[in-house]
Amino acid sequence: MSHNVYIYLLVMFAVVYAIRVLPLTLVRKPIQNRFIRSFLYYVPYVTLAVMTFPAIVDATQSPIAGAAALALGILLAWCGAGLFPVAVSCCLIVLVLEWFLV
Amino acid sequence: MKPVNAAGSETANRNRLPRDAAKKRAVFLRGARDGVSIGLGYFAVSFALGIAARNAGMTAFQGFLMSWLGMASAGEYAAITVIAAGASYLEMALVSLIANARYLLMSFALSQRLSPETGIGHRLAIGYSVTDELFGIAVAQPKPLSPLYSYGSYAVTIPMWAAGTALGVVMGNVLPVRVVSALSVALFGMFIAVIIPPARKNRVVLLFVALSFLASFLLSRLPVTAALSSGTRTIILTVALAAAAAAFFPVGDDEEGSA
Repeated sequence: MSHNVYIYLLVMFAVVYAIRVLPLTLVRKPIQNRFIRSFLYYVPYVTLAVMTFPAIVDATQSPIAGAAALALGILLAWCGAGLFPVAVSCCLIVLVLEWFLV
Repeated sequence: MKPVNAAGSETANRNRLPRDAAKKRAVFLRGARDGVSIGLGYFAVSFALGIAARNAGMTAFQGFLMSWLGMASAGEYAAITVIAAGASYLEMALVSLIANARYLLMSFALSQRLSPETGIGHRLAIGYSVTDELFGIAVAQPKPLSPLYSYGSYAVTIPMWAAGTALGVVMGNVLPVRVVSALSVALFGMFIAVIIPPARKNRVVLLFVALSFLASFLLSRLPVTAALSSGTRTIILTVALAAAAAAFFPVGDDEEGSA
């Protein structure tokens, strides 16, 4: 069964807009439930971590370059580098390593 | 006396209206200026997103539309994996829900920053582009947040984000494989930069980032779960691990402030 890209995008938009706009429009008070608050707190970190590994290793031509980008990214971010420097450094190390590896 | 007074108050009124407009314009421009540096970073990352969109068979227009509507790196990347896999629309809805769930939290936080008199129209418009970075600069503004500040930042960043994706789809074809391979990790680099600083400060976050890496690797390699799409694996792992973290390590108010 084939799917239409525009319907996919419409579904994506409907969900992401609802997520962004419902609390702003409906909720004027902070959430009381501690479990839900904690769950929402942990969701971004878990979901980004799950999407990053092993996808980063599978994304590059050489898995070693992807793994090196992961290690370098973690190191730089740990030392306080921002989003943009970390992203650029990850790209550069892949470019350099694949020059030799591929 | 009376005519003078009337004239005086009239002048005051006439002066106040343009001054209000000038103040509003200044707030809008401040938002636009703060949006420029974010927009530049967005452009680079959404270019990488465009390459991923191209690999999933999307056109430049579809990439542009996705970014204009989505305004989310992780959310759009997840959407691309769903499109590439040709998965169901229901899966797209679930994946979008999980990948963008953090915006729910940010939207809650923003709702506390607006003046209570802020109308529904402004609330609907501000909600359009709640992202990690734009949320970050919005909450750094004095309370109550002026919707115009957000509009200024949106006016700069949304076109740059969408144009970057479209260009990534187009340029991905002409760039050497080596460069495409290198750019494909930009998005992951940004994800890493989002999750590592809080992991450094909070041992529980660190533990669950490590567990997420491990579990995600295992599920992608084990025979049964490897057959599931990566979007489905993301949903299962996020719900399971975040629920476990919430159950065993509920957060206090202080930690949530830095979320």
